[in-house]
Amino acid sequence: MERVPVLKIGDILLVSIQVDMSDQTAVTLQEDLAERIVATGCHGVIIDITALDIVDSFVGRMLSTIASISRVLDAETVVVGMRPAVAITLVELGLSLNGIRTALNVERGMELIAAARADEWVLTDGDEDAETTATT
Amino acid sequence: MTAGVDLGAPQIQAIRSDDDVVRVRQLVRTVAVAAKLSLVDQTKLVTAASELARNTLIYGGGGSAEVASVDDGRRRGVRIVFADSGPGIPDLDLALTDGYTTGGGLGLGLSGARRLVDDFDVVTAVGEGTRITITKWSR
Repeated sequence: MERVPVLKIGDILLVSIQVDMSDQTAVTLQEDLAERIVATGCHGVIIDITALDIVDSFVGRMLSTIASISRVLDAETVVVGMRPAVAITLVELGLSLNGIRTALNVERGMELIAAARADEWVLTDGDEDAETTATT
Repeated sequence: MTAGVDLGAPQIQAIRSDDDVVRVRQLVRTVAVAAKLSLVDQTKLVTAASELARNTLIYGGGGSAEVASVDDGRRRGVRIVFADSGPGIPDLDLALTDGYTTGGGLGLGLSGARRLVDDFDVVTAVGEGTRITITKWSR
């Protein structure tokens, strides 16, 4: 069975799916990613599907599951690089990719993750130091 | 190649494992490209084939996919027949409902595949098996 590599770049895990995945490969990727998020403490996961010429219901569900798992492990997931024909097909298939953030490419995905983290910091600051924030 | 194109013999791919589902996708893609389906239509057909090949494996206990290039005189297309000798589908209307599943999936395989192709035909008998024929035509 082929295995999809998970690369760590700074605070982000990057997965670039380059093979036509069997269902088992997809399930293994899900597990590998969960382990790597915990092992590295990364707060962002970018899944690049530029090379995928289809996303069927199984892979769609895998993407949703990865997003949910990473959220529980305090990481944001962004799916990037979806081809137009894949997007059209997904919608017609009836797959809504619930809870998945998307971006056009890796660069925008990284910006999205950085922005999401920044928002969270502001919120946390506000909660903990409400008075300080109010006076400054 | 002139008029009266040789459409070639249908190609058969056995579906016995996860990897065979990948092979079905690849075979369908090759035939769809040769039949000059548009990129969106290729994508829809390969996606539908992936769903149905997985169903053949999981629910039908394995079977085969027969992929053929077809021509109705006006347009070309690709026809795929998925056949298994599994338990059959007891309630076809229910099985074709979005979100209905007896496995652990999303329940979009059969209903979603039907939306992605032009012709969709199911012949099933409880205890005997299921035969699903789909066709996608070039526009």
